[in-house]
Amino acid sequence: MTAELGHMALILAFCVAAFQAVIPLVGAHRNSARMMEFGDRAAVGQFLLIAFSFLALTSVFLSSDFSVKLAALHSHSEKPLLYKISGVWGNHEGSILLWVLMMAGYGAAVPIFGKSLPPRLKARAIAIQALVGAGFLAFILFTSNPFERLNPVPMDGNGLNPILQDPGLAFHPPFLYLGYVGFSLPFSFAVAALIEGRVDSVWAKWLRPWVLVAWSFLTIGIALGSFWAYYELGWGGWWMWDPVENVSFMPWLAGTALLHSILVLGTRHSLAGWTVLLAITTFALSLIGTFVVRSGILVSVHAFAVDPERGVFLLLLLGIATGGALTLYALRAHTLRDPVPFNATSRDGALVLNNLLLTAALATVFLGTFYPIFIDALDGSKISVGAPYFELTFTPIMCLLILFMGIGPMFKWRADTIKRLRVPIMLTLKVAALVIIAVALLGKSILGALALGLAAWLAFGTVLAVGRKSNWSRAGVRAQPASTWGFAGAHIGVAIFTAAVTSMSVWGATDIGTLKVGDSLSLGKYTYTLEDVGGGQRDNYNFLAGDISVTKNGRDVTTLSTERRFYPVRNQLTTEAGLHLSFGQTLFASIGEGDPEGGFVVQVYRHPFVVWIWLGALLMALSGFVALADRRLRLPSSKEVAE
Amino acid sequence: MKLRGLIPLFGFLVLVGALAFGLTRDPRILPSELIEKPFPEFALENLEGSQIIDPKVLQGKVSLVNVFGSWCVACTTEHPQLMAQRDNPDIQLVGIDWRDTRDAANRWLVRHGNPYDIVIFDPNSKLIVELGVTGAPETFIVDREGKIRYKHVGIITPKDWKDTLRPLVESLQ
Amino acid sequence: MRWSLIIWFFFAGAVFAQTSPTEQRARDIGAQLRCVVCQNQSIEESDAQLAQDMRRVVREELAKGASDEAVIEHIRESYGDYVLLKPAVQSNTYVLWFLPALLVLLSLGWFVFRQKRSATPASVETLSADDETLLSKLMEDDA
Repeated sequence: MTAELGHMALILAFCVAAFQAVIPLVGAHRNSARMMEFGDRAAVGQFLLIAFSFLALTSVFLSSDFSVKLAALHSHSEKPLLYKISGVWGNHEGSILLWVLMMAGYGAAVPIFGKSLPPRLKARAIAIQALVGAGFLAFILFTSNPFERLNPVPMDGNGLNPILQDPGLAFHPPFLYLGYVGFSLPFSFAVAALIEGRVDSVWAKWLRPWVLVAWSFLTIGIALGSFWAYYELGWGGWWMWDPVENVSFMPWLAGTALLHSILVLGTRHSLAGWTVLLAITTFALSLIGTFVVRSGILVSVHAFAVDPERGVFLLLLLGIATGGALTLYALRAHTLRDPVPFNATSRDGALVLNNLLLTAALATVFLGTFYPIFIDALDGSKISVGAPYFELTFTPIMCLLILFMGIGPMFKWRADTIKRLRVPIMLTLKVAALVIIAVALLGKSILGALALGLAAWLAFGTVLAVGRKSNWSRAGVRAQPASTWGFAGAHIGVAIFTAAVTSMSVWGATDIGTLKVGDSLSLGKYTYTLEDVGGGQRDNYNFLAGDISVTKNGRDVTTLSTERRFYPVRNQLTTEAGLHLSFGQTLFASIGEGDPEGGFVVQVYRHPFVVWIWLGALLMALSGFVALADRRLRLPSSKEVAE
Repeated sequence: MKLRGLIPLFGFLVLVGALAFGLTRDPRILPSELIEKPFPEFALENLEGSQIIDPKVLQGKVSLVNVFGSWCVACTTEHPQLMAQRDNPDIQLVGIDWRDTRDAANRWLVRHGNPYDIVIFDPNSKLIVELGVTGAPETFIVDREGKIRYKHVGIITPKDWKDTLRPLVESLQ
Repeated sequence: MRWSLIIWFFFAGAVFAQTSPTEQRARDIGAQLRCVVCQNQSIEESDAQLAQDMRRVVREELAKGASDEAVIEHIRESYGDYVLLKPAVQSNTYVLWFLPALLVLLSLGWFVFRQKRSATPASVETLSADDETLLSKLMEDDA
């Protein structure tokens, strides 16, 4: 019964969304307050209906109701509670329901938080949000119904993929979607503004906090996925430039550019054209991401099961939504001219440069990800583009960006000179040079030194910018608005991230060998000794377990337990690496095939400062949330709007 | 309407076109690099362990070279097609036993029948890598001069034999 | 070319080489070859049996004295361009390899020259010292 109720709620939600997509638009056109208010109520109603449906699905999983096909395929009665819940979205149908729930949630936020918005803009934005939402609801109802029944009812479910039974992975999709889907609001507002023919600072001021929220959540989602890959997959990779990873990264790059653009638009009344295009692009990239993951078009670890029917539907949805928005943009773009001129050497100029470089970086990732498809369409050749390509093309662009990030924030708005900033720039340069020399001598790597120097340049430049803003006085520091700390935290987070990636890539070490019990491998001062090997059966898998003790200069550091598991039902082999995480070195070992006489294949790793990769990302996300506290970023009161 | 504003839309339409095309292709199927090229060099034992086989055995007769293994479930599905050709005088069947043990392979051939004139034993994928094989079963048609003419990925169905492979074998006589 | 080599080494792994030069070469080559039975992994990273065998083939070739390029070419002859994680620079990948740099150059070029083209903001008038301070204070406050 619950399943049927959930299904009905979805059908109702689709109807509501359909009306919500049309009536407020007509109302805005005719300036009918009643029709526009319908939009407000419909948005909240739609959210409540979908929330009910999602709760219904969750209850199906929690109660292990295997008469529902989705639960039978993806759950199991003995699954721990956490994984029963996360199993709801650990599959295609459930995750797209989560997507639609969040879209409706963000849509409902508009009437709740946007009482001060101009009514016609608000109505149009609500309508567009509902239009896209209706498209996804139709997708669910026609191709991906989560409430489909199963007859006869199986005794128990198929269980969740063992790789997905993990706390990190349980939370990765919700955060990711809060980010991805969060960018639907800027999209809807951009289209609404294009319909109106006006993009102004009220529009920007209202959207700013939402862009910050979406961006921060997306940052956390991506960082969680990367961290999970590192400790779960067993070979020390934290970013594989896998197509599905790339399609989550592209909205992040566009979202970062959007964030900076909208901050400028709200205060400086410029970059309107950029901002609107970025708002459309960011969500379009989210839609492309959904398409890629669910259509089987690219080979990837993450991809859900291949289904061409779903692929076609999603492509149509993506095509109409984005195509429509971009057509509007083409028609109205010329009205979005920048009224405020600025120098290249100014903060405005720096932000434009920021946008340009982020766009170039985005285009590079995009090119590498989709090139195999393009070239296949053009001349039928099968080319693959892997990590080496991205490392050679993307990394230099980011280095350039970081270079400008270090001093850009020091410039004044509208017009400034390098000469005026000679002192802080030279100071930052000297600090960077010191770091380069020190690292080159101690670490014996030119490349590592340059990269760490770059990170130091960014960190120090950021500190200087904050110091100058606050006039190097305690009162000045206390007077700083939250957005200053948001900026500082985020940029320093980038510096930490860069330093951590460098230290792992340049000074990380690995070795592999065939070890009998008692044999060792060494990495620098660390010695890894295979102490014990055991095996057996547990739950639904057979395993081979190794205990590897690690000593540094004779002193015990830790013991790493690693396992190689075979799940007979799924015919799947996984490696659980033995991991010792710390703020300094991360020590790592994994065991492979072998036998007691010949020895076992053991691979060992030492990664310096690797956790700072994710701590740096986390600092970026946190800074985004901190910036929200800034009163000036808050939604304008009706008084301000009336001005 | 300024022309510059049309660029994003145009770019997007190109992308959608490419994606639509991409939906019609299976990213996992790899065409063979070796069509019209001589069969790669190799020197491997046969399954019995009684002699070393090399590409000379492919000279003078049209060969169907089939990659299989006792672990390969799909291979049992296509096996009847191969058994049906065991006594076909126009073609010799060469099997490559991939990543297997002699025991398991022999048992499998006893159980399902042995259609092969020669079975090459390739436990370490030496020949497999030369041939660009990515899975089993895969089948190559080799002409009388030892040149590869065709690669079939996956199970050979009766339809595949009737429509594609048999006509090709007959044309190469 | 030198830059790309430098940046390539950036991610190539251990500087404190525990491993012999040949083994390091094998690993670098392996990192460039796709595991064709996996989902987007190199043969170095993958556990799959075919990946292990291909790793062995790489090391055998190197032991016979082949150069890095020859080993990669050998695998490519069997599996095609698809096996290269680092796409070869050839006529159908020129766009892939050169477009990023081109984009950056075009962006920077546009950014630098737009200023020279458009009139410099006329309002860079000289303000009185008081006005200057007031103005800069207002500007700083506003973001």
